Amino acid sequence: MKQKRVIPGFGLSIGVTLTMVSFIVLIPLACLLMNVTKLSIGEFIEIITRKRVLASFYVSLMTAFVASLINAVMGMIIAWVLVRYEFPGKKIIDGMIELPFALPTAVAGMALTYLTADEGWVGSLFARFGIHIAYTRIGIIVALVFVGIPFVVRAVQPVLEKLDPSYEEAAGVLGAKRSRIFWKVIFPEVLPTLFTGFGLAFGRCLGEYGSVVFIAGNKPYETEIAPLVVMSKLQEFDYESATAISLVMLVVAFVVLFINNMVQARNAKILNGGN
Amino acid sequence: MKKRIVGIQILLLVLLSVMLTACGASSRHKNISIVNVSYDPTREFYEEYNKLFADYWKKQTGQNVEVIQSHGGSGKQALEVSNGLEADVVTLALEYDIDAIAKEGLIRKDWKKQFKKDSAPYTSTIVFVVRKGNPKQIKDWDDLAKDGVGVITPNPKTSGGARWNYMAAWAYAMEKYGDETKAKELLKKIYSNVLVLDSGARAATTSFIENKQGDVLIAWENEAYLSIRDFPDEYEIISPSISMLAQPSVAVVDDVVDYRDTREVATAYLDYLYTEDAQKIAARNYYRPSNEKVLEKYKDVFDLSMQLKTIDDFGGWDAVYKKHFADGAIFDQIYE
Amino acid sequence: MKKEERNAAITKWVLIGITILFLGIMLLLPLIVVLVQAFRGGIAAYMSAVADEYTIRALLLTLEATLCAVILNTIFGLFASFAVTKFDFKWKKILTTLIDVPVTVSPIIAGLIFILLFGRRSILYEWLKAIHIKVVFAVPGIILATIFVTFPFISRELIPIMEAQGKDEEEAAALMGANGWTIFRRITFPHIKWALLYGIVLCTARAMGEFGAVSVLSGHLRGRTNTLPLHIEILFNEFQYIPAFAVSSILVVLAIFILVVRSVLESRGKKEYES
Repeated sequence: MKQKRVIPGFGLSIGVTLTMVSFIVLIPLACLLMNVTKLSIGEFIEIITRKRVLASFYVSLMTAFVASLINAVMGMIIAWVLVRYEFPGKKIIDGMIELPFALPTAVAGMALTYLTADEGWVGSLFARFGIHIAYTRIGIIVALVFVGIPFVVRAVQPVLEKLDPSYEEAAGVLGAKRSRIFWKVIFPEVLPTLFTGFGLAFGRCLGEYGSVVFIAGNKPYETEIAPLVVMSKLQEFDYESATAISLVMLVVAFVVLFINNMVQARNAKILNGGN
Repeated sequence: MKKRIVGIQILLLVLLSVMLTACGASSRHKNISIVNVSYDPTREFYEEYNKLFADYWKKQTGQNVEVIQSHGGSGKQALEVSNGLEADVVTLALEYDIDAIAKEGLIRKDWKKQFKKDSAPYTSTIVFVVRKGNPKQIKDWDDLAKDGVGVITPNPKTSGGARWNYMAAWAYAMEKYGDETKAKELLKKIYSNVLVLDSGARAATTSFIENKQGDVLIAWENEAYLSIRDFPDEYEIISPSISMLAQPSVAVVDDVVDYRDTREVATAYLDYLYTEDAQKIAARNYYRPSNEKVLEKYKDVFDLSMQLKTIDDFGGWDAVYKKHFADGAIFDQIYE
Repeated sequence: MKKEERNAAITKWVLIGITILFLGIMLLLPLIVVLVQAFRGGIAAYMSAVADEYTIRALLLTLEATLCAVILNTIFGLFASFAVTKFDFKWKKILTTLIDVPVTVSPIIAGLIFILLFGRRSILYEWLKAIHIKVVFAVPGIILATIFVTFPFISRELIPIMEAQGKDEEEAAALMGANGWTIFRRITFPHIKWALLYGIVLCTARAMGEFGAVSVLSGHLRGRTNTLPLHIEILFNEFQYIPAFAVSSILVVLAIFILVVRSVLESRGKKEYES
């Protein structure tokens, strides 16, 4: 047996936590599971391997992955700029990062569609080169990049801030080039959190609905995302399919998060151990 | 320790439920209110009609009646009513959606007989909206299958209006070829020209008008006239040779009116739709009135020369749904 | 050495340039679109859209749901992060993952889950109806959905901070005989004050803008269960583009206000931390 806990309040805080997790998360999820168990395994597999459903999984995964990759790169750059450099307007930019949280996804979707349609301010520039953004997969990626930015920036930023500059200085004194210092000293330190940010953005993008429906065009096999298939199954009164597809998405979300939390926990251990 | 945890959990539960109910207990109106769950393009019509009915009801009973509107894709609205959205009346795009609610036991099975004209107080049809001057020379359904024509229509899996669109094309193809394989080919071509398959009729109109996608929008006749009214210099309406007689249906939701005790006002609300005043409002909003006298007055507005098929020509909605829109049916086949 | 410095300066400004360009296009431009469109019809048209009765009712409902969600999630966030960081127990990783699940669950599925749980098909429905409580397609459903989507927002901010702080101080205080409440108030709270505020701000922002889940649960009853984002969607669907963007601008202004508050709080927090 473990030794007695020293700090009081364990029962209270764990009690409150478990109660609320149960009511808000666990019971509703269990309810979804129960609805799925009405299906046999054969039926379940048949539903989720329909061509159109598979295509929508592919579109969702692919666009979310590309968007999160873009976000990882851009998020790293933005976080770096915000932590390391001083320049006019920095505070404003720093404050802007959370905008995608604060702006309703539907409004964002409307505005982005307006911008990137072939007649839009940005879309017309690209349309000249024959690149269409709105109503294609590129449009979906644009919307998802918008949604995912804050996750990466806000994951990386605190770690960059806490990085001990003495390592870099030491490396600098030893004559290492700046780019070398970055790749050899800084980047490995940031990589795990960058991964966390990527994972969070990826998870969020997988489920995004509000902004994507406006910009996607929703053509089966091309720009139809998985949440939209769920929605249309619901409207066809096809509960079984809707819940089955939802379950697959939930499992993916859960796995992404779990891996993420593992990485985060390992991180914390390494950081604490180093101190 | 254990006991304390349980106690706290109960406390929290109570807190949660108190918060929810406190937030939920909206002020009860002394006056009567009913909820009308309708589909997308009827907003303007019911906004006007609700005022007319409120005046009438006040005169009849002295009660102030407030009609709360809900609009959305017809299929989605039917689903929400089946899931517990407390609608006193439903006024949806097609019978099939009301039948779906009836199957859940919320509406009696013979609802179609409850009101005149098969419970369809106004009708509409499906037309094309094209950009001014009709640059792609779109005259009829087979023009939509030509290369380089961008078509905008919503997804028949989610939108009631889109099912009418699809069936109108089908009606044309069957009339022209008399053969299902050839008809399927024509529809395959038309749907491969579809640029944006929105989830509802309104979203499709937005794609066409506001985001300027495509060359032709397949739309409800009344939707088409509304867009023309707003942008007379940019669009024109083309009536195809064959289309569908779309009969948006209305019904009282028995389960809800019995629970809320609103049967009387809900029935009167739908009955009053058939009066001349109401029919005129319908016509002004570009719905074809079911009252012949009123239709005669507005005959210049509508193209009455189109040949209109009814859904019964194809065996009714149940059969049509199974054959065309169910999983793996014709609509899925043309997309494979 | 000089060349090195010049290179560093070039890198700095290139990176700043990329950041500003990227954020300008992705975040600022959509905002500008909303504002430009909102005033396309002149001030009078703008005012009449914003002062419309349904707009105001939708705004009040949005504020109500946001308030409920923030209060509940704050209570939860405090207890949960205390439990997770100050104590060791089995299944901790599962618990933290469960807390995070709502972020990655598609809003559509979140809505669907509550429909399955409280809707007419659920066994709970008859029971709720008997005691005259409406959950789905009524205000409680909207509040539940809002709580769900913002559930982990506060605990996410608190857990890393409390993790980093460790539990030595609390343990010392406990050994000296302080009770749980005193330990929390005197030792834990001062460390997490700013992170908590930051979490609250994020939670508020996200709660105000929630669209997908609320859309599934609302029923779109005009003046009753329409939140501001839903009201915008309805206006948009009525071809009332100017009012739609005008009402969107309310949310944009609220979002900017929240972000400013956050920035101010953060810089105050930093100053206090340093001094």
